[in-house]
Amino acid sequence: MINKKLIFFKPDTQNQKYFPLASEGISAGFPSPAEDFKELKISIDQEVVKNESATFFARVDGQSMQGAGLDDGDLIVIDRSQEPENGKIAVCFIDGEFTVKRLKVEDDCIYLMPENSKYKALKVTSENQLIIWGIVTYVVKKV
Amino acid sequence: MFALIDCNNFYVSCERVFQPQFDKKPVVVLSNNDGCVISRSNEAKALEIPMGAAAFKYKNQFKKYNVKVFSSNYALYGDMSRRVMSILESYSPNIEIYSIDEAFLKLTSFNNLDITEESYKIKKQIYQWTGIPVSIGLAPSKSLAKIANKIAKKFNHQTLGVYSLDSQEKINKALKWTTIEDVWGVGRRYAKLLRSIGVKNALEFINLPDQWVKKNMNVLGLRLKKDLSGLSFIKLEEIRSQKKSIATTRSFESILTNLSDIEERVSTFATSCAEKLRIQNSCCTSLLVFVRSDPFKKEQQYSNSCVIQLSNASNSSLILSKQAIYGLRKIFKPGISYKKAGVLALGLTSKENHQLNIFEPNIVRHDSLMKAIDTINHRHGSNRIKLANQDLNRVWKMKQNNLSPKFTTVLEDIIKVK
Repeated sequence: MINKKLIFFKPDTQNQKYFPLASEGISAGFPSPAEDFKELKISIDQEVVKNESATFFARVDGQSMQGAGLDDGDLIVIDRSQEPENGKIAVCFIDGEFTVKRLKVEDDCIYLMPENSKYKALKVTSENQLIIWGIVTYVVKKV
Repeated sequence: MFALIDCNNFYVSCERVFQPQFDKKPVVVLSNNDGCVISRSNEAKALEIPMGAAAFKYKNQFKKYNVKVFSSNYALYGDMSRRVMSILESYSPNIEIYSIDEAFLKLTSFNNLDITEESYKIKKQIYQWTGIPVSIGLAPSKSLAKIANKIAKKFNHQTLGVYSLDSQEKINKALKWTTIEDVWGVGRRYAKLLRSIGVKNALEFINLPDQWVKKNMNVLGLRLKKDLSGLSFIKLEEIRSQKKSIATTRSFESILTNLSDIEERVSTFATSCAEKLRIQNSCCTSLLVFVRSDPFKKEQQYSNSCVIQLSNASNSSLILSKQAIYGLRKIFKPGISYKKAGVLALGLTSKENHQLNIFEPNIVRHDSLMKAIDTINHRHGSNRIKLANQDLNRVWKMKQNNLSPKFTTVLEDIIKVK
């Protein structure tokens, strides 16, 4: 008996099993079978909508922003609470039409920059009526 | 101080957010079935198109002056309203939503200048986040805030949309400027009576002896007088002027998470809206239902609303309650700690001249049932008779020739950007 060696038990890292933490407290009686499924569902909304009251959606029409990953038919998330800044992608309303472009802000003027060599940059002058409608924060696309 | 926040030409403004090409152009929104004008842009007002104008009578004028005409899109207006109200709630937990486009907010600070400053901030934030322009009136009481709001709107160039009645001198000037017919809560009958004794404006009204007011205009008249004098006396529910929308919204006493608990609340709110409609002898054609979580808690936030179109204009508690619950079930999301809900009755028409829908039976027998319920509830205390609720299948369509897309609530309808 004395000669018997000690046997070391190693933690089994191959067959991991996770047990939920008993956060509900332990009580006698039958546990509710629903308890294990209590976590909230994954919500895309929660991930892409940071400011519900100011968030709107739009559909991309055309390929002018292909380089930025915005393809024809993609869904974009627009957050109007974000301030327009140089380099941000914005939904703009210019001369009677909605458009999505990257903002390039210089000292005395603004450019709306496409990300596709087939399209030209647009210099916004006093002739144009520009509304920076909102800032694009996410794009949802089908793969 | 009380702030009255009122969205400028709300329905028109909602349409313009998604179709900015109509900024600075004459725009009108028509009631259900494209009946009459219920919202006008300032340019349309300048063309002297009156509120309530019958659309068919003004058809030629619309054409001649290139007036853009929209059918009412309550799904859009309801969603935009919810956004505006959510922003307001982040400024003060003391909010009373008065209608789809108006709310009172209680703002507290040691300094009235701070409150004015804060109000400009609120206005700017609502405009940036939602695109909706608002006017804000500030005053020590609600009836005065209503007047301040009118001044803010009317003299937009000087006030930039915010006006504060923060001194007795300003209050007196504003009261003198307000004709007696325009005082909130003074009906046509009392206005006539007051005119007959030489009272032409609100200042002359508050200078009347209390005795006279109490004797001739009952206790509510006296409370209104005190409220206009700058002592806050009026609860919102007390003022029942003919309104274009009626609202019942409440914070729950405790957090609610179960659908059935919230259904009970929403049913009660809808019943209360129906009662208010019956008191002013009108019916509604749409219902807006909203729910939201507690914005002051760190848990997952959720807020949503939807608009239900009724097949026939109604003020029956049974119908409104059923439809409100139907709406609630569409927006209810499990796992959320709900703090507030509300029901707004929209598209109001007077009982006498509402259009009947030929495809749906108008349930006339509800009229006498409602009368009986009102009588019993009046005699034995309100809510002695309550409803139980079921579901409803609705298939019908109404005339909406100039309906804009549901830009914010239907994925197929969102804006397209190039």
